[in-house]
Amino acid sequence: MREHGASGWVGFRTLLYKEIWRFWKVSFQTVGAPVLNALLFLLIFSHVLDRHVTVYGDIAYTTFLVPGLVMMSLLQNAFANSSSSLIQSKITGNIIFVLLPPISHREFYAAYVVASVVRGLFVGLGVWLVSLPFIDLPMVRPLWVLVFAVLGGAILGSMGVIAGIWAEKFDQLSAFQNFLIMPLTMLSGVFYSIHSLPPLWQDVSHVNPFFFMIDGFRYGFFGQSDVSPWLSLGVVSVCFMLLAAVTLAMLVRGYKLRG
Amino acid sequence: MSAPAAIRIRSVSKHYGALRALHELSLDVMPGEFFGLLGPNGAGKTTLISVMAGLARPTSGSIEIMGHDVGSDYRRARRQLGVVPQELVFDPFFTVRELLRIQSGYFGLARNDAWIDEILGHLDLLPKADANMRALSGGMKRRVLVAQALVHRPPVIVLDEPTAGVDVELRHGLWQFIRKLNRDGHTIVLTTHYLEEAQALCGRIAMLKNGRIVALDSTKALLRRFATHSLRLRLSNPDVGVALGGVAEDEGGWLVFGFDAMADVETLLRRLREAGAGVEEMTLGEPELEQVFMELMQHA
Repeated sequence: MREHGASGWVGFRTLLYKEIWRFWKVSFQTVGAPVLNALLFLLIFSHVLDRHVTVYGDIAYTTFLVPGLVMMSLLQNAFANSSSSLIQSKITGNIIFVLLPPISHREFYAAYVVASVVRGLFVGLGVWLVSLPFIDLPMVRPLWVLVFAVLGGAILGSMGVIAGIWAEKFDQLSAFQNFLIMPLTMLSGVFYSIHSLPPLWQDVSHVNPFFFMIDGFRYGFFGQSDVSPWLSLGVVSVCFMLLAAVTLAMLVRGYKLRG
Repeated sequence: MSAPAAIRIRSVSKHYGALRALHELSLDVMPGEFFGLLGPNGAGKTTLISVMAGLARPTSGSIEIMGHDVGSDYRRARRQLGVVPQELVFDPFFTVRELLRIQSGYFGLARNDAWIDEILGHLDLLPKADANMRALSGGMKRRVLVAQALVHRPPVIVLDEPTAGVDVELRHGLWQFIRKLNRDGHTIVLTTHYLEEAQALCGRIAMLKNGRIVALDSTKALLRRFATHSLRLRLSNPDVGVALGGVAEDEGGWLVFGFDAMADVETLLRRLREAGAGVEEMTLGEPELEQVFMELMQHA
């Protein structure tokens, strides 16, 4: 029975739309600023290293760098979207407007994660577009690019939901971001191929799921990668499923949301 | 067969560690009632509302809204319920109309503009429909909270201290609107610290103390059982009045006499006359819910 023409999908669609609308209303901050940051990275690193380093044989360093920057920006902003939305709603108290309606745990999770993926894709697309005037970047396997972009965004979106629910103040969220997300991203091969690392650090990189996200994503551009793209896809898929399961379990229990 | 309760609460307990916020609470609120939930701070009113609304989970017991369990059938239960929260919370990213459209969507209503306009009109919010929430006064924000609770036309509306910190004019406007909703068939549950409001509006009242119901009855019955009429007199010879049980007010030379039945007034006036105390001025006071409240909170 549905009252007053209520439709089951509308709740999910509205929450998704609201989450996208929320970041779009402040798009200078949520899209423009990260694109500018990535552009600055690109200008500085390309100026310093482009003539000195090549990767995978003959790929110029700047060309190698751009997919990493695109993915890094995508991941960080996917995390920022869900985590900042949830913690702001919790601290200001307006989370109640999402908790009172008949929105299921799955719809709640899916809306926040899909909105995170959308913001990540916007930022990633922005970084890719602004890099085009500087380099000639191939994209030999576009489907791999898309798959890793969506899965990476979904993983970080899920981590953002977990952090946003767990954190009770901005300080805790900042710790999550600075002491977990940032190191895992920066040490994942964004700026280098792990083959340039000593064996110990190569081994360490292999337990960093962010490495597989970026390596698989880069494979879509160059058709070459540090490890098999299928291995990366497997690791990233398992990571996503684990995080989705953890996040859904938190939502079902009402952890820190429904007292 | 009698109609199912709009709200059916059975043996609900809610514990936070050692704190028993609610303890074995049971009550029914019938469809169309204007029901008051009263009690001092920390009595458990907001906790009970949170459990009803699914914002908190009971440690034990069950709650149904219009026959739907708030746990196992939460989607239907939540569609039946509109909650006006106590805190003045809002989303600073959106305008009033955007917020109401979003809230409609959360409840599964994609096209609801006609009803949104009607609510905005009733709450005098139409001129502010396109204003950002941050630009509104506290009273306006309070009205938007009411509008958000009504956007999906819930048959049961819970108002958690909706007039706290609200000026007199807005308070009267809000109550007119809530009364109209009640006349239209909505079940209203109200918590408030303004007891004269509860007395004027609520047909039935539950009083909570330390998470338990200490009184549950119609407002009239509670007043009959626990409150007294009062007679204020200014006498030509106040000492006689004091000797007959009158309590002197601090200023103005008034004496106050309490009594249970109107017939006692006649007896008192006769005894004053016989003692030679003439009545210079007289006012008659109705029983007040505040007396009931004080009596129950001190002795229950």
